[in-house]
Amino acid sequence: MTAGAATTRTETPLAAAGLQPPPSVLRSRGLRVPRSPKVIAGLAILAVFVVIAVIGPVIAPYSPNETGIYCRTACSGARAAAAWLQTIVVHPAEQVCNAAGTVCFNSPAVLAFLPKPPSGAHWLGTTVFAQDVWSQLLVSTRATLLVGFIAGAIATALSVLVGVTAGYLGGNADEGLSLLSNVFLAIPGLPLLIVLASYVPSAGANVIVIALIVAVTGWAYGARVLRAQTLSLRNRDFVEAARVSGEGRMRIIVVEVLPNLLPIVASTFLFTTLYAVGAYVALAFLGLAGAPNASPAGLWNWGEMLQQAYPQNAVASGWWWWWLPPGFCIALLGMGLALLNFGIDEFVNPRLRAAGLSRRSARRAGISLRPRLGITPVMHRRATGGRHSATAAVATDAVGSEGAAP
Amino acid sequence: MMAPEAPARTPSAKPAQLAEPVLEIRGLCVDYGYGADAVSAVVDCDLVLRRGEVMGLAGESGSGKSTLAMAAIRLLRSPGVITAGEVLFHSRPFSEEGPRGTIDMLAANDSVLRTVRWSEISVVLQSALNALNPVITIGAQFDDLLRVHRPSFSNRDRWNRSAELLDMVGMTADRLRSYPHELSGGMCQRAMIAMALALEPQVILLDEPTTALDVVTQREILEELMGLRDQLGFAALFITHDLSLLVELADEIAVMYAGRVMERAPAASLFHAPRLPYTYGLLNCFPPMHGPRRPMEGIPGSPPDLRVLPTGCAFHPRCRWAMERCRQERPVLRPLGGPNREVACWLHAGDATIPRELAHPEPPAAAGRPAATGPARAARARR
Repeated sequence: MTAGAATTRTETPLAAAGLQPPPSVLRSRGLRVPRSPKVIAGLAILAVFVVIAVIGPVIAPYSPNETGIYCRTACSGARAAAAWLQTIVVHPAEQVCNAAGTVCFNSPAVLAFLPKPPSGAHWLGTTVFAQDVWSQLLVSTRATLLVGFIAGAIATALSVLVGVTAGYLGGNADEGLSLLSNVFLAIPGLPLLIVLASYVPSAGANVIVIALIVAVTGWAYGARVLRAQTLSLRNRDFVEAARVSGEGRMRIIVVEVLPNLLPIVASTFLFTTLYAVGAYVALAFLGLAGAPNASPAGLWNWGEMLQQAYPQNAVASGWWWWWLPPGFCIALLGMGLALLNFGIDEFVNPRLRAAGLSRRSARRAGISLRPRLGITPVMHRRATGGRHSATAAVATDAVGSEGAAP
Repeated sequence: MMAPEAPARTPSAKPAQLAEPVLEIRGLCVDYGYGADAVSAVVDCDLVLRRGEVMGLAGESGSGKSTLAMAAIRLLRSPGVITAGEVLFHSRPFSEEGPRGTIDMLAANDSVLRTVRWSEISVVLQSALNALNPVITIGAQFDDLLRVHRPSFSNRDRWNRSAELLDMVGMTADRLRSYPHELSGGMCQRAMIAMALALEPQVILLDEPTTALDVVTQREILEELMGLRDQLGFAALFITHDLSLLVELADEIAVMYAGRVMERAPAASLFHAPRLPYTYGLLNCFPPMHGPRRPMEGIPGSPPDLRVLPTGCAFHPRCRWAMERCRQERPVLRPLGGPNREVACWLHAGDATIPRELAHPEPPAAAGRPAATGPARAARARR
């Protein structure tokens, strides 16, 4: 803008024209596209997972439950029989099946051990049950993300309800609601989860039910934070002014207080979502979220994959393609949510956005040290030479013409 | 405290030569933001603060006064960036410890800045209530300060020194046990000033210290402050939008507009014979106490958007004497006839006719300040 302004200063003769902000200035007021690499990375990670959650079950090459996938073409009816083929399989290239398709053998009886490492046919290899890990991963993403986001939303709604009400109303309402959230904070989350999950019949079969169970254990922390912030907000002058101007209690909470809590609500949502994913995976890993082959069938999720891998000694046996992908996905999703949280901070706090200038761009801008609180950075004159020499030229012109005038 | 070394001096006896500079600001440019988003808040500013003098910095909101002062000690918060210029601090500390010699503030690292800040250059901020920690007593805050910077002091020494400082600004020592919320705004500001003086600084930056106070308290505090200045001999950079206030207490006044210093003159000259239309407008914002009634004029319009400065002179859209030249060329600060004054205005360059309002004769040099405020300006330490 400075270079642009310098040219306008000298070229546009009319003040009226000069006083109108150029379009570039107006455009910058619109919705900012996040530019921080952290936020972009977070958004990208989350977008990939959401896309997989939507189309994963459709593009999965095999059914996650399907065993004996090696015989798929030749022995379509072999699934029941393939149950015993847990440790060995016939090499698919030269297999010969009997007429009924119940038993398949290689002509020279070559036996291969299960599970199989990643290959062209099975991108992430197979499990000992002869299931395709890649398909399982694709299918599992949907339930994991759904439970995460639904539980995150429910827990956030609960914490806003309890926290803001307690903070704004004060008095006995505050005492009661604070007590409630303190109780939930004090109860260890996982045991409560386990108790709830094992008492609710067929909890694992329904995304909403499992999300509710997870949400019940995850709202208390957010409620505490929101209560504290509401306590500070309700004594601010603008809330006082709203009260004086006769606004109703509900309107003050929703219109005056809540928008100021939005950054906290947003980060609460992201972190509760992360917590919910972790809790759901933990439940499933403990076998409490319903197995896919049970009745009613539980949902495939990353925890379920780990739950199946663990008793089969997948870690000790070095079958990394079985347990590593779900674990990696959990970590990646967590990273994406955390990165996005930085973005929310920068979005609501412009100071942070500027301070978040990366070291590289700072060097490009010619700033010798990173902006820190209390030490204003100094730009090297050399780096900004173009700009300042332009200003200097204007000044010398002015002096020159002034000298010529008398 | 400081034993007066120089003989008492009356206001009329103005020294022939200027005092030596203590804080020199040369060509300072400050931007907010980086790269394409940068807004220049201060452009090419020169200021020289002389030892024991009060320099006033006036201008409307957003003209860059505070930015300039805070940039000089590098206290600007992100996204503020100093893009050019230099700030030299010629240190001659009153106490034994403390750095000596010339310090380049813009090249100084953390540790140098740490030795200079507060002990040699202190700041009084506008809102004392926010500058004082609300959960610690005033005494404990003095104690913290002295504990760090005067390690040789014992507990009793620190307490006595704190009491002495409060006494200096007209508060009683029992206030050391008070919390900031137990004090009135004026008392908080006094405590803040006492704290700024605690380490015998050579320079105090006063960033609108009395703006939040009523005029009576304001007057009391300023008289107190000027008395202390005479007693202790610090130099002060006084930032305010209240030009009439500055005229009373400053030795020299710089008027800023849109990030540039537009006029700089001794206080009396500026008050009696403003040369810049903007200064004239600022001075005319206050009704005179006596004399014939005149309609108030003020300055039409509002300060410019720093992102889209008008062409030429930034003030020309609001200037009643704007000429064609003002719309096209930006005037630079140039010396003017008269003692030690500069103005950036095309009316005073070349063959333009100077309007009657801007052509008042210089006041006689003997007048010094328009009115001596508070105690006689005795014993201003000139060391």
